[in-house]
Amino acid sequence: MSGFPFSAIVGQEEMKLALLVAAVDARIGGVMIFGDRGTGKSTAARALAATLPPIRAVDGCRFHCEPESRDDCPDPCTSKRVRKIAVPFVDLPLGSTEDRVVGTLDLEKALAHGEKHFEPGLLAKAHRGFLYIDEINLLEDHVVDLLLDVAASGENLVERDGLSIRHPARFVLIGSGNPEEGELRPQLLDRFGLSVEVKTPDDIDQRVEIMRRCDAQERDSAKFAAKWRGEDAKVLRQIERAKKALPKVKTPAKILRDTAALCKTVGADGLRGELTLMRGARAFAALQGDAAVTLDHLKTMAPLALRHRLRRDVLDETGSTVRIERALEELFG
Amino acid sequence: MRPVADQQAAATDFPLADCLLAVRLFTQNPDSLGGICLRGFGPVRDALVEKLVGALEPLGPVLKIPNSVDAERLLGGLDLAATLRGGRSVWRPGLLEMAEKGVLLLPMAERIDENIAAHIAQAMDNGDLSIILLDDGMESDEAPPKVLMERVAFHCDLAGSRDLEAVAALELSSKDRVPKLRSMTRKKRASLAAVAAACGIGSVRPLLFAERCTIGHARIAGHDKIANEDLQAAVRLVLAPRATQFPQGEEASPPAEDEPSPSDQDTSEGDDQQSIEDIPLEDLLLEAAAAAIPPHILDQIEGRVRQPGKGQGGRAGNKQQSSRRGRPKGTRPGVPGSGRRLALIDTLRTAAPWQTIRRRESGNAEPGKVHIRKADLRVHHFEERQESLTIFAVDASGSSALSRLAEAKGAVELMLAEAYVKRSQVALVAFRKEGAEVLLPPTRSLTRARRALSALPGGGGTPLAAGLIAARQLAEAARKRGQTPTIALLTDGKGNVMLDGSASRTGAREEMQGIARGMAALGISSIVIDISPRPRPEAAELAEALRGRYLPLPKAQSAALVAAIESVGKAAMA
Repeated sequence: MSGFPFSAIVGQEEMKLALLVAAVDARIGGVMIFGDRGTGKSTAARALAATLPPIRAVDGCRFHCEPESRDDCPDPCTSKRVRKIAVPFVDLPLGSTEDRVVGTLDLEKALAHGEKHFEPGLLAKAHRGFLYIDEINLLEDHVVDLLLDVAASGENLVERDGLSIRHPARFVLIGSGNPEEGELRPQLLDRFGLSVEVKTPDDIDQRVEIMRRCDAQERDSAKFAAKWRGEDAKVLRQIERAKKALPKVKTPAKILRDTAALCKTVGADGLRGELTLMRGARAFAALQGDAAVTLDHLKTMAPLALRHRLRRDVLDETGSTVRIERALEELFG
Repeated sequence: MRPVADQQAAATDFPLADCLLAVRLFTQNPDSLGGICLRGFGPVRDALVEKLVGALEPLGPVLKIPNSVDAERLLGGLDLAATLRGGRSVWRPGLLEMAEKGVLLLPMAERIDENIAAHIAQAMDNGDLSIILLDDGMESDEAPPKVLMERVAFHCDLAGSRDLEAVAALELSSKDRVPKLRSMTRKKRASLAAVAAACGIGSVRPLLFAERCTIGHARIAGHDKIANEDLQAAVRLVLAPRATQFPQGEEASPPAEDEPSPSDQDTSEGDDQQSIEDIPLEDLLLEAAAAAIPPHILDQIEGRVRQPGKGQGGRAGNKQQSSRRGRPKGTRPGVPGSGRRLALIDTLRTAAPWQTIRRRESGNAEPGKVHIRKADLRVHHFEERQESLTIFAVDASGSSALSRLAEAKGAVELMLAEAYVKRSQVALVAFRKEGAEVLLPPTRSLTRARRALSALPGGGGTPLAAGLIAARQLAEAARKRGQTPTIALLTDGKGNVMLDGSASRTGAREEMQGIARGMAALGISSIVIDISPRPRPEAAELAEALRGRYLPLPKAQSAALVAAIESVGKAAMA
């Protein structure tokens, strides 16, 4: 069955934008999606991964290494053949054990042949693709710890079960969760470049349209996918063009100053907020086909890049988004 | 106690420049300084670590230890595959052995397991091993294990730093300009010791570090004698971040006596004839210490956060050994079943050395068959964070309810704001008119709590007994889930509505006393916070029946409430 096409997702513009921006510039880091169930969070992430063009990988490599960077691979990784594979999309279920996430000793090989062999975990599977964690706020603490370091360093270091292995694990981390069910550790939040808040659309027409499309997809997914193939190809071209244009997009000095001023006004912690906002605005400009970052790009990206980085004031009930909008209004009118 | 201006100065006065200096001093002499702790994740620290590792790598191995490391890998152990293949025990060295004369890089140091930390500390004590702690802690009470913090000279805070260019410009290959300088005078040692005492530093390790740091600083600076600024640097970098009290000149204890070591004589700079300038020196150093205490340490000194108790402190709820879930804590002999999970690899590792003998014994030498006996079986053993649950039972009766409710709401929110760090939950019961109502079932979610609290109504009679029963039910349910409940009762103790809804002051009082005694018998810990404007004996009586603490807080303040409740909750967990 074909998945749901990215371009067929109704509404949720902010979430789609965040995913596209993250796809254009991997350095931005992952996307955290806050919101209720049934708002298309996992559908959108999955659909985007499926839209992206296949990647080139060394044939038979368990870490699907890029042929040019096979030196980092812990396996021999010697095959001359290159295979095209779909962009990996890995679900990390809530109950995952450490073994399952980081990988473990391949017991069968150890017992039958006395060979020490690493059995890759979910982190290896997600390399060069997406790692999706639904209800990330309910994930057990020690699993979060594992993720934090790997997401920051881009490699998985295994020193357990008598193994000593390191392998690259660079992925776009996509988390989703409902803040009503528990808060997220701030350290984990910071690893996400962007965050979005999704709501069930309250517009009746939009809801009807969602029902119609889901129904059509269920009845004949191939036909539905075919219908949207053109649109998805457009999205893909947009991403490709943006990726190519990204190094050339200019960031005027004034925009840098505005970025810094904004981060200072809203009280975003640390330097990472500024860097992410700058990169995000640049990627957005590239997506729009603009040659330079403008204030509009900055304003659009500001809530996405900053809302999860504000120090929360317990006694101030004003939401982060409102605080950012207020600051934007104050600074830029 | 201190003027606000001072605090602000302290917040900004431990700048990046000092961290960079600490990094330079550490790279110059990694073995004798033990290591460095870099707190505050972000691009600045990433850049600095890259630089630091680059400088240390030529000197010896630099090994990164992931948080998921197990003790066996750290200490070395049986190589399972090789042992099975070879039919004899094959040992494999652990990471600590491999890192000898080198450096361990420890990411997310605030989350390191104490057992792992203890092994590392031991290895540091036994050999030339230094460590770099990358502390991602954000709250004041999130910090790396004390055994490790104690053994590293420098505690640097990079949380507010943003100057990437300064890091890029850092030069780490500096050669000592005055390599001969090796020790300092007794007087100068004494002044360091006095500052340490004034800062409430009991351990001797920091003093040794301070001395080495002073000398290292003099060498880098090219001083052929120890200058005041060298001592000041040591005070700022080594002593101030460890302060447990705010240094005050008058409190400085007399200089500690220490015998000059033999090495003092040959290379010692100058002599002891500087007593005239020693008096201002001490003040100078105390001042340096006072200005350099980092903000999160100030928080602890001034009691704005609970002092971490033993081990890593109470930041994440107490721990409970568990055979089912939680963070893996290694394995132990045992038979799987009733929730215990087989630790297959460890079981095989135990069985591996016996294979040759067992094959011979059983006459079944078929390769690929592993002979396992019951005694080989190992099971996983996990550590679960025991959650605490604070049940607020709030008297929402009468006209003064509004202000109390506001305070209770404030306290609930304050506790919840820390809940994601401490893994504690909060519930809220309100009682008014004819009965009690659970307004907020146990939760960790601030968003949800806020919504429930904003709907909290007030007014009417005081069905205290009903409130107690509702709180007790929550507490008992929490216990069944493995949580440790604490009840915080905010009331004036004057119940006047009985369980059946009838209004009778004396009847209600008797009923209430009975229920309270029953709760005390169950061992549910509680605190009664008397919020009436003029405290009367009723609430104190209730506390007595509950065998709980009594706290009159006529003008209850959220923060004071939280402090009082947490002290009771902690006692319950201990």
